[in-house]
Order: sequence, then C-alpha cells, then structure tokens
Amino acid sequence: MENRSPYIVNAPSVSVIMLKVLLALIPGIALYVYVFGLGVLINILLASLTVIMTESAILAIRKLPIKPFILDGSGLVTAWLLAISIPSIAPWWIIVLGTLLCIIFGKHLYGGLGYNLFNPAMVGYAILLISFPSIMTHWQIPTNLMVNHMNWLDQIRIIFNSNFFPKETLDAMSSATPLDYIKTQLTLHQPLSTIEQDKIFGFIGGRGLELINLGYLAGGLYLLKEKIISWHLPVAFLFTLFLTSLVFNVAAPDTFASPLFHIMSGGSILCAFFIITDPVSAPTTPKGKIYFGIGIALLVFIIRIFGGYPEGIAFAVLLFNICAPLIDSLTQPRIFGHK
Amino acid sequence: MQLKNIFKFNGGVHPDENKIASTRLPIAKLAIPKKLVLPLRQHVGHVAKIKVKPGDQVLKGQIIAEADGNISASIHAPTSGKILKISEEILPHPSGLPDFCITIEPDFKDTWIEKKPISWKKIDKAQLIEALSQSGIVGLGGAVFPTHMKLKINQNQSIHTLVINAAECEPFITCDDMLMRERADEIIQGSLIAQSILGAEKCVVGIEDNKIEAYEALKKAAQKTAVEIKVVPTLYPSGDAKRLIYLLMGIEVPKEKRSVDLGIQVFNVATVGAIYRYLELGEPSISRIVTITGAVKTPQNYEVLFGTPLSDLIKAAGGSSNKTKKFIMGGPMMGFDLPSIHVPVTKAMNCVIESSPELFPAPKPVMPCIRCARCADACPVNLQPQELYWFSKSSQLEKAREYNLFDCIECGCCTYVCPSNIPLVQFYRYAKSEIIAQDKSKEAANTARERNEFRLARIEREKKERAERHAQKALGAQDKQAEDEKKSTIAAAMERVKQNQQENIKN
Repeated sequence: MENRSPYIVNAPSVSVIMLKVLLALIPGIALYVYVFGLGVLINILLASLTVIMTESAILAIRKLPIKPFILDGSGLVTAWLLAISIPSIAPWWIIVLGTLLCIIFGKHLYGGLGYNLFNPAMVGYAILLISFPSIMTHWQIPTNLMVNHMNWLDQIRIIFNSNFFPKETLDAMSSATPLDYIKTQLTLHQPLSTIEQDKIFGFIGGRGLELINLGYLAGGLYLLKEKIISWHLPVAFLFTLFLTSLVFNVAAPDTFASPLFHIMSGGSILCAFFIITDPVSAPTTPKGKIYFGIGIALLVFIIRIFGGYPEGIAFAVLLFNICAPLIDSLTQPRIFGHK
Repeated sequence: MQLKNIFKFNGGVHPDENKIASTRLPIAKLAIPKKLVLPLRQHVGHVAKIKVKPGDQVLKGQIIAEADGNISASIHAPTSGKILKISEEILPHPSGLPDFCITIEPDFKDTWIEKKPISWKKIDKAQLIEALSQSGIVGLGGAVFPTHMKLKINQNQSIHTLVINAAECEPFITCDDMLMRERADEIIQGSLIAQSILGAEKCVVGIEDNKIEAYEALKKAAQKTAVEIKVVPTLYPSGDAKRLIYLLMGIEVPKEKRSVDLGIQVFNVATVGAIYRYLELGEPSISRIVTITGAVKTPQNYEVLFGTPLSDLIKAAGGSSNKTKKFIMGGPMMGFDLPSIHVPVTKAMNCVIESSPELFPAPKPVMPCIRCARCADACPVNLQPQELYWFSKSSQLEKAREYNLFDCIECGCCTYVCPSNIPLVQFYRYAKSEIIAQDKSKEAANTARERNEFRLARIEREKKERAERHAQKALGAQDKQAEDEKKSTIAAAMERVKQNQQENIKN
C-alpha cells in the first residue's frame, strides 16, 4: 500500500505562474506600443510562433509529451522577454534567430524546463548583441519625435524588408539609446548636463522609455503582490544600482548619470522584476537571492560605465547564473534546532 | 482568544480546516460490536505477552496481554466476553501486513472487573509508574509511545515544564477538540496529575485559535489551577511537538535531542485524560475518541472500544456516500490509505476520513522542479526541499544527508505548495530508507571485514603456534634421544659393574 500523503495540495500550477508573468508584462508592452507603435507586437508574435514550433519539434525529438510542456508557458515568457528587449524595428529574422538560440541553446540543450543553467532569454540576447551589434543598438525614436511620421504599416515593412526605406530615412527614424548616447558623447568630452539636453532624453530616463519602464514596474509590483517573485531579488538589485550610481553621481555629477537615470534606463526594471527572478537560474535561498541581486547590479553598473557595451544586463546575468549554485551552497539557512 | 508571546516558526501551511462537519454532533458512544479484534502491537516497543487462551472468559478491563518489559503496553479486554481465537489479522497500518490479534466475542453484559482507583498522591513514584505500566495508556495523539515511560524521568533530568498538546493542527481531525469541549475537567485534572508526577513547575496547554469552544471549556476547567492555556495560530504543523514547544516557549529542541533533555515533556490532551481515568476511576485504556468524517453521510466523533471493526464505525456514521470505498487513517497531510474497512480500531486511530474524488482529487501530472522555492518557504524545519529533492532524485544520498535530510519531519507542507505537483515527501522517504539500508549494509560489511581479518589473524597465529609446537617437539625428541643414549650408557655401565661384581664374587 503506497503512502501518498499529503492528499491535498494548494499551489498555482507552473502554467498559472508563467501566465501571471506574461500578464505582468502587458502594461509595459501597452505603453511600448503607445510610444513606439506596433512593431513590438510583430516581434512578440514572431517570437511566440517560433517558440511554439521549435519547442514542439524539440519535445517530439526528445520523446517528451508536447502539450504539457507547451502549455507550461515558460517558453512564451522567454520569447516575450527577448521580443521586448530587441529594437522594435529590427529585421524579422533577428527575433526568429534569437528565439531559436534561446530555446535550443538556452533551454533544451540543458534539459528543458527546470534544468537551464542560464537565463534562456539572456543567452539569446547576448549572442544577438555580439553577432549583430549594429542592428541591436539601432533603436527607433519615439513616433512623436519623428519628422516623417512612421505608421504601423511602415514598421511592418521595415521589419520584413530592411531595404524598403533608403538608409538615410531609416537612420533618421532611429537613434542610439540614452545609455549608448551618453557613453559615446562622454568620450567626446561633453559634460553630462549638455548631453542630457538631447531630444531623446525625457524626465529621468530616455524619452518614452521611462514610461515603458513604469509599465514594467507596475507589472513587477503585481508579481510581488501575487507572490510569484520574492522581494529579495528586485530590492537587492535596484537598491545596489541606486546606491552605486549615487556614490559616483555625487562625486562627479558631470560624468556619471543620476541614480534615478540608471534605474529608469535600459533594462534595469525589466531585469529586476522579470529577468533575474527566473527561479531556475537564480539562487533559491533568501540570502543567496540578495547576494545575487547585489552582484548583478554592481556588474551592470561596471559594464555600463567602464565596459565596452552601453548596457550590461545580459552579460551580468549570465555571469552570475554560473555562480548561482555556489551562492546557494554558501548561503544555506540555519535549520530548526541547529546552531 | 489572543495570540500573546508566541514564537512563530518558519513556513507552515493553512489548508481548509474541514473540521466543522464532525463537530456538529456531540461525541456518541459506539455500541459493543459482535466481535473485537485486539492487535498485540498497538504501541511503540515490545509486543505485549498473551495472558489468555481461546475459550477463557474475560471481564471488562481485565489484562489479556501484558506489557513485555519497560517499553511496552498492556492490552485490556474492552468488554466482558469470551476469547474466541488468537490469530493473524489485517491491521490499520500502511504496510497492510497482518499481525497477531486476540479476538473477543462479547457477552453484551459489559461486566467490569473490580475497578481499583489509585490514590496517586499517597504512594511513591516508583510504585505509581509501576501501576501506570499496567494501564495500557500510550500517546493518543498518534505516536502511541508507552505513557508510563514518559513519566519515568531519570534523576539527572528534571522537568520544568509540562506541555499539553491541544493543537490538533491536521485538517478534518476533531477528536481532541470534542474531547476538550466535553471533558475539559478530566483533561485539566489529568494534566495536574502528570505535572505532579513529573515534578514540573509549569503546565502549559497549547491550543490553536480555531477551537474557540474547546478553549473556553479548558479555560473554565483550569480556573482555580495553575495550568496556563496558551493560544497558538492555526498553522499546520503547530501540533508537531518540537514546533509546539517553539511556539509556546521560543525554545528550539536541538537536532538529535529530545525535549526531555531540555526539561520539557509533552503529552496529548487525550493521553492526560486517560491518565486521569486510570488513576481516579480505575479504568484502563480500553477505548478512545475517533473522528469519522469526509465523504460519510454524518460525520461525527465516537467513543469506540479498541478492537471494534472499522466497518461498524462507518455504518454508525451513516455509511459511505460514494463508491470508492477508500478510507484514510489520520489527517490528509500525514495520513495513509487503510488496507481494508475491516481493520480494527486501535489506540493510534484518531481519525478516519472517507476519501472521494472531490475531497482528494487524484494527483496531477508531475512537472519538472522550477526551483521556485515555495517548498523552502513552507518548510517548518527551514530545510531546502528543492535541493533535497534534487539529491534524492539523482541518488546523491551523501549530499542529501549533508543537506540535513534526516531533519525532515515528513509533514508534507512542501508537497502541499509545489506548483509542479512533485510528491516530495515520497522522495525523502525513499532517500532516507536507502541511506539507512546503505548504512546497515556498510556496517554489515565492516563487521564481516573485521571478522575476516580476525579469522586471518587467527589462522596466522595458529600456524605460527603449530610451527612453534613442532619445533619444540622436534627439539624434545632430540633431547629424549640424547637422554635415552645417556640412560643406556649408564645402564650398560651398571650392567658392566654388576657383571664385574658377580665375577668378583664368583672368584
């Protein structure tokens, strides 16, 4: 007679957890569409289709049941995260290739759901960034800043045929991100106060980008409320990023951007609530999560300021993914009744 | 009811209580059945020694099997009647294996043997504990450890606090709740007796804040006594002794130590009630309160004679209302499937739940662990269940031990919160049994090796000794020869002397 107790369970399924993560991304995505137009939705759609087809094929090859592992939603989370991380006017094959890299190299080569050492979305992103630096750093400027207004049909045309517009037109429609812009301008010995006068800057971060980040922040708070993620990771990450940039900003305000700028620019918010919180590739102990968040924030700051790339989240996350098992083993909590 | 001075442990879960259904009606007395089947092993320790033979007439309360040694408990006839047989019967145990039982055919006269209340205040402790060892009382919370052993405290271990466990944290179970509502006086009196035997300065009752009526009843009964009634939050597994001690006193009982080592003893409410009945009324342990609930038609608590077939209890509760015929003994968190509805009610049986697909749906398909660590958040021991699972699954048993697998109390909180529906507790049980088996075989191998080494050494020694003996013998033989030669020379000389003399005489 098998003893199967407990007979009762009360837990959201993996699918529900992943669905809530997707839901939490929606405010940010909606604002993304509001600021930059529909291009991002095309990317999300392409990524989703790629993930479903690729995963089905891999699951079939691995002789695993297809339905439960597609419905668990983890593939979609990866796909969406990658789709919102790449420029919205990147050619269609960028997102398709990126998603393939995520799912094959980031996820299934390690054993699929639950076994991935690295954050799959960041694996794909890092390979794309290294392989296609120009495409990956050409961001569309917010639609309301454009001289020639670009409608959603134009966006689709650009995504599916990058030669549709002459290069000059396309260049006029895109720019570097604020982080990138500051980096290049600083090398030209411009003071930060002048650099930030550029039209791509908004109140605290990039124009429009700061709004999207507020959307992600709202989604992140929803995940905290729903207990999908614990507070340790986002708090440790954002607090460390804030503190580090504050120290540098106070010391040399004309060279180092303000702490709020660092938090509301690039992928900081997305990283804090959606990327480092991937449970599979992060530490599991409460202390470990805090160290993980601190470490990634420091590395992000170092890469942004001193590194070769304007944004360092993907590399920082991947490097710390390697450390996660070690961090776990060094931060085991005290057990009841132990010294 | 206020939660004051409570020390919260990590995690814990709060499942649907499902306790109301079985508390609507008062405790009822289940009629004497046609047949009583009493297992000889209803407690932790040695099997009781049979004192009767088939055909014997027994009276209610008469010992039919006697405690064998200290860690054992006697079994008494729950009613008067005739011993029918002594045979192997199926028991309410997860193994489903049969064991020896005494079957009594009741005469329905229910004649008591002469009751002998014990004036426990007057006799000395050794005598009192000796008397209690005849009572058949064991821990009625489910642990079924012989109670007299828990009252027998060494000279060097003084007990300062007696904790009465009234938490009853598992869903569905209400036998202690109802007992407290209806017999609070017996519980308080029993607690005072136990406190006095142990010489404890304090007595604290820990009760979950979902049992308001029971709390009020205890409060009233304890009015003029020094017994403290303390409310703990409704949070499974607050009824686990080590967790309850922490909730009440903020003391963590260290690993591999028992609470008595820290001067704390814990008894379940029903157990102290039984102590009271034995000492004050002279009634040994022959019945208990059992909750019958779940899918049965009328869930209720019954006072049931030990040995009563479970089917009688089910019938009394209106019978089964679904066709699965599956019954769980204990609560839904730590209970187990009963092998049959014909098993007897035993000292350990606190609750029987009729299962139904609505109450306990079949487990959902297992998904991979996503390391969300909800299990770690729920673990009352503060373990990392996701790591233990990983090590157990991959048979890295040494790692599992290193991550304190043996601290796991198998409460099931981790499984309860797992989004991937992984039967974590089963993995831990498997890993524990594997480690124990490995340790045993390692020990056996060590013993065998030692024996072999000893044997080889012995053979070597014997060989050496034999060789020495041979050498000695050889040497001895030489000596003998030399001596013989000497002797013969002397003899020859003597002979010559004799001859000479004789010749001289002749001459």
